[in-house]
Amino acid sequence: QDTQEKESVTPERAEEAKLKAKYPNLGQKPGGSDFLMKRLQKGQKYFDSGDYNMAKAKMKNKQLPSMGPDKNLVTGDHIPTPQDLPQRKSSLVTSKLAG
Amino acid sequence: LLGAGGGNDIQWCFSQVKGAVDDDVAEADIISTVEFNHSGELLATGDKGGRVVIFQQEQENKTQSHSRGEYNVYSTFQSHEPEFDYLKSLEIEEKINKIRWLPQKNAAQFLLSTNDKTIKLWKISERDKRPEGYNLKEEDGRYRDPTTVTTLRVPVFRPMDLMVEASPRRIFANAHTYHINSISINSDYETYLSADDLRINLWHLEITDRSFNIVDIKPANMEELTEVITAAEFHPNSCNTFVYSSSKGTIRLCDMRASALCDRHSKLFEEPEDPSNRSFFSEIISSISDVKFSHSGRYMMTRDYLSVKIWDLNMENRPVETYQVHEYLRSKLCSLYENDCIFDKFECCWNGSDSIVMTGSYNNFFRMFDRNSKRDVTLEASRENNKPRTVLKPRKVCASGKRKKDEISVDSLDFNKKILHTAWHPKENIIAVATTNNLYIFQDKMN
Repeated sequence: QDTQEKESVTPERAEEAKLKAKYPNLGQKPGGSDFLMKRLQKGQKYFDSGDYNMAKAKMKNKQLPSMGPDKNLVTGDHIPTPQDLPQRKSSLVTSKLAG
Repeated sequence: LLGAGGGNDIQWCFSQVKGAVDDDVAEADIISTVEFNHSGELLATGDKGGRVVIFQQEQENKTQSHSRGEYNVYSTFQSHEPEFDYLKSLEIEEKINKIRWLPQKNAAQFLLSTNDKTIKLWKISERDKRPEGYNLKEEDGRYRDPTTVTTLRVPVFRPMDLMVEASPRRIFANAHTYHINSISINSDYETYLSADDLRINLWHLEITDRSFNIVDIKPANMEELTEVITAAEFHPNSCNTFVYSSSKGTIRLCDMRASALCDRHSKLFEEPEDPSNRSFFSEIISSISDVKFSHSGRYMMTRDYLSVKIWDLNMENRPVETYQVHEYLRSKLCSLYENDCIFDKFECCWNGSDSIVMTGSYNNFFRMFDRNSKRDVTLEASRENNKPRTVLKPRKVCASGKRKKDEISVDSLDFNKKILHTAWHPKENIIAVATTNNLYIFQDKMN
């Protein structure tokens, strides 16, 4: 079985090659800082009221630029609007498990 | 005997399913934790909407000797609400990450429930009598005009319809900068631990305004961060011992008698890696998503992305048993990384006698491994099998090559149907399996 593995690529390595082919700029250390930092920052929201009000003043009647699909981007790339923020109401509805 | 192995493989039958039938799942209904209490009479679930639902097993019906009592809704309450920390600009989810029951001391039941930041102690109590015949109040609560009272009577307790009330008795807040992944009650039944990505805190159940930090792996420079805490648990018998697992696949056992801050482990459990097999995915799939001590306290089980490992606490350099949950996914890691499934956190559990372990997989499959017979089985939680007392048919995934009849090919698996949470009754062969938004209860076939 050892010789077989040396001759052929392990399934994991084959998958790795596939991933690197798709994303050539993928970092060398997947378990490193960037990945873990993203995990620690879950829930972080960014909002700059200055940016928001400036944009609102400039735009006047025009539609404000809205966020792209990734709501976790640091502000500067987009201006979050109240419509973009998810509704943070608590569930007043009883769980369907209890139904 | 529970799962004695040999020729006595358990035959699992569908018993009940809870939750909505429709495919359109609201986020709030996603089940995030499942836990039996110490007697197995109560079964609690938590969901993404911050709600807790508790089911109670009905008393065994003498006429229905072929099945054990069913679980019916006992209590349901809103445990946590969404919050926004304005100071840190942090949205705090109401999702219940874990529920842990306290052993019963009196008529009331107590449990701890936690979201990312706050742990709460809930008291669940029954009320089946109420006082009647007050002198100064009407039955509806309105006060009587004292001048109309001409005689006195002694109020008495009269029976009423059972009411189950849940009330928050303690709120343990503001002790975690990062996201809480585990809570574990100590065998002293007075203290408990809570663990987030970088720190573990020790609390006393009576004291909410302070907690002791017992593990801190935060580096001085966050650029140097290489691993996070993924799970933690107290030893079932030794009140000074606990373990915590990491995103790098290691488990550290700590002894609180050694020092106040347990940054130096007493034991480090790690399986050596074959460097020639290392790939981009190695560390990610080695990350431990759950750690559970056996009831005996002699072993612990860890779950990583592809396997379940049993460790003997006396042997640090490798697990004593390894069970492959879904090895066929190793050749799908690229797409599992792209769709984020590689980061799914599966839990695992022991049966009451520590002879069988169970964990979930995709396509609403779940797996059981009998440690004695070394046999394993794949079963499916599906409404298609929901005739009570019908034995569940084992499932098989075809990794490659010609697919046999009744097998399912890897590419046909539904990766949105994940079973992350399962629980095993502490004494009986009754299991609770959570799909995305449904709770299944299975029992062994009683003869």
